[in-house]
Amino acid sequence: MGAIVAFIAVIILVLIVLAGTGAANLHFLLGVIIPYLTFVTFTIGVAYRVVKWGRSPVPFRIPTTAGQQKSLSWIKDSKLDNPSTTTGVIGRMGLEVLLFRSLFRNTSSKLYNGSIFAHKWEKWLWMGSLAFHWSFLIVLIRHFRLFMAPVPSLLHLIEAFDGFLQIGSPGIFVSGIILLGAVSYLLFRRFYIPQVRYISLTSDYFPLFLIIGIALSGILMRYFIKVDVVSAKELIMGLLTFKPIIPKGIGVIFYIHLFLVCALFAYFPFSKLMHMAGVFLSPTRNLANNSRMKRHVNPWNYPVKVHTYEEYEEDFRGKMKTAKIPVEKE
Amino acid sequence: MANIKLPKPEELSKIDHKPPQKRWMDTPAEFKQGMYCYGAKGKNLSAVDFPNARDWSPDDKDWKLPENWKEIVLEGMKERLGKYRSFHIFMDICVRCGACADKCHFFLGGGDPKNMPVLRAELLRSIYRKYFTASGKMLGKVAGARELTEDVLKELWYYYYQCTECRRCSLFCPYGIDQAEITMIGRELLNLLGLNTDWISGPVANCYMKGNHLGLEPHAIKNNIDFMVDDIETITGIKIEPSFNRKGAEILFVTPSGDLFGDPGIYTCMGYLMLFHELGLDYTWSTYASEGGNFGFFTSMEMAKRLNSKIYAEAKRLGVKWILGGECGHMWRIINQYMDTWNGPADFLEEPVSPITGTRFENAKATKMVHIIEFVADLIKHGKLKFDPGRNDQFKVTFHDSCNTARGMGIFEEPRYIIKNVCNNFYEMPENTIRERTFCCGSGSGLNAGENMELRMRGGLPRANAVRYVHERHGVNLLANVCAIDRAALPALMDYWVPGVKVAGVHELLGNALIMKGEKERTTDLRGDALPGKEGNEDA
Repeated sequence: MGAIVAFIAVIILVLIVLAGTGAANLHFLLGVIIPYLTFVTFTIGVAYRVVKWGRSPVPFRIPTTAGQQKSLSWIKDSKLDNPSTTTGVIGRMGLEVLLFRSLFRNTSSKLYNGSIFAHKWEKWLWMGSLAFHWSFLIVLIRHFRLFMAPVPSLLHLIEAFDGFLQIGSPGIFVSGIILLGAVSYLLFRRFYIPQVRYISLTSDYFPLFLIIGIALSGILMRYFIKVDVVSAKELIMGLLTFKPIIPKGIGVIFYIHLFLVCALFAYFPFSKLMHMAGVFLSPTRNLANNSRMKRHVNPWNYPVKVHTYEEYEEDFRGKMKTAKIPVEKE
Repeated sequence: MANIKLPKPEELSKIDHKPPQKRWMDTPAEFKQGMYCYGAKGKNLSAVDFPNARDWSPDDKDWKLPENWKEIVLEGMKERLGKYRSFHIFMDICVRCGACADKCHFFLGGGDPKNMPVLRAELLRSIYRKYFTASGKMLGKVAGARELTEDVLKELWYYYYQCTECRRCSLFCPYGIDQAEITMIGRELLNLLGLNTDWISGPVANCYMKGNHLGLEPHAIKNNIDFMVDDIETITGIKIEPSFNRKGAEILFVTPSGDLFGDPGIYTCMGYLMLFHELGLDYTWSTYASEGGNFGFFTSMEMAKRLNSKIYAEAKRLGVKWILGGECGHMWRIINQYMDTWNGPADFLEEPVSPITGTRFENAKATKMVHIIEFVADLIKHGKLKFDPGRNDQFKVTFHDSCNTARGMGIFEEPRYIIKNVCNNFYEMPENTIRERTFCCGSGSGLNAGENMELRMRGGLPRANAVRYVHERHGVNLLANVCAIDRAALPALMDYWVPGVKVAGVHELLGNALIMKGEKERTTDLRGDALPGKEGNEDA
């Protein structure tokens, strides 16, 4: 149900472009106005969300400790999984963001012969996610060749690596293929694993279909329905230099690709995609486990009503004296 | 409701993990006997000034909610979104990847899809979306949002008291989303309406008025310890004289009151008493701060702080130098992650130094509170204690890491080091079930009542399973731990799933093995059972 709504939503986005580039002749809207609006929505939206999170304080130091604490000098502490220093926290966060440390730990637990559990290392989600995020990043970086003149040498290097297969002309970029494969896997597991299907919302399927649309249109554009790359770059450079122009004859597929990318970025700040920024602020991951060593202050700490010792002694003085327990007032 | 039947293990272990066809939002919670606790009593709620104090039962149709209950919950959510970055972020960034789903012991042992941590969180997230996000307000169900109705509130209550706040899900979550944090805040919201359980609110009221969960009055604490002292004398021939509320002692000792009452907690307590006597430690018990645990933590942060305040207050009144804490789970999460922030700074205390070895406990220099397991590991390393591990040869031991000391602190090596010094036979459970990946006893966070036994047995199944593995493979017959709730909850779990396995605190094993100056030849262990090779010598 959620998947169908999400799929239809992406199809509608494509149809809008077809209508816009066809009869309606809305090239300026699709090629200039919407990209600008998207940029504004994305930057302001993300900044707004992050600032809003940042406004909520972190009253308590609550890291999830995933290894040995720092205690006695002869016991080796786990510096990355249970960091006690800022350096350790940076390391932990680095592992989390770059290599998905927590997901790497993933196990699957299945019941055998009635009541025997087997907990096994489950690497597919970790591999799929890692492949997806890294290939997406490389594809994104590769696109900077369209935003920059001259193209920096680092980009040439990345392209050289990415195109190492050297098949056909234009050469195949592995990252695009991996991206499409990985995002399809992430979609597939949402259908295939009953528990994941049960928890999936429209907002889980929508970005997946959108990204599949982006990857497909990109691949089509590069290898099959060729577009005029020089004109495409002209359009983009026009946007960047605030002298927007609409070169003729770039091809519909380019506008579909661009519009879906805009949809993704405009949707970003309103959605779970904000996990990209949120992970850095997650209090169970970005704090050192040092609250017995170093005082952590809660900015909204307030005095509370307590039952004092004096009140307690009032209640039990007789019994305490009989039991020969010392008291303050005889 | 007095006779809630617990199904047989064979029946209970038939678990279907496949979710139903019908969508979860369209499926209201079905209250299943044996899966939830009795409602709180009015007198216990009013003892600590909790709102909407009244006698109430979850079985009733009418939960006697205040007129404006919805407003109270939504206002409470708004306040907490602004107070806790954790809550705010955890409401926003979940991608529903499902990595947490089969990490929860309640889902594994019960199969109810709403016990998948992600879905338990979605119960609250769906309300958050409806009232606090633009997409939820506009798109409703399509955006995963839903109205807060009385049925939804009941569902929240049912499932937020089916979470032991063990944090296992947060270990596996790629963003560290912690259901314990969400459960804690969810329970705070429920407590704004007086929706607590009898098993939690009773101990909270006791602890507030009398100093401990069990409601032991000062003379009763002394009596209980005197009984243990007598038993120790019978077993070792040594007379111990502990002190209570003594001013000027060097160290204040605080342990969960579960150690003062009932089997097998008292054997752990006997271990403490023997150890301190053997060291000649200058320490005192307190009858006012006679609770290390904190059931307030299972109601609201404020209540937890109110109960916790007694520890520093008493340390100050007695003029001790530092505080030593006994074996407990959530107590140590609180001391490690909350106490100083709530009730510190403890600038009236000194940085803890072991009077026996001179070791400075740098890791506790702000809170000034040392875990007894750290304290003892240091003593053993310095050769200050003599053991006869043969006196534990009747046991084949495995060790259960408590959730809170595992994932809210990280104390893994110290207890193992002690056990290996005091026992000859130690076997680890499978690696995916220990240390940071440990499985909960199924009864934490105030769920160790009697009326919810089915829930407890289901939740404890993954833990019991791992014990059964070492029981069958190595003949393990003793499950050691460092937590009072474990000692209260695991015996029932073992009897149900793995009969023949006993439960003991690490200090019980230490007490058995500890060679004390001037002791007579022991013929029994602390439980009064004959030692190996001494079976004929028992006193009648």
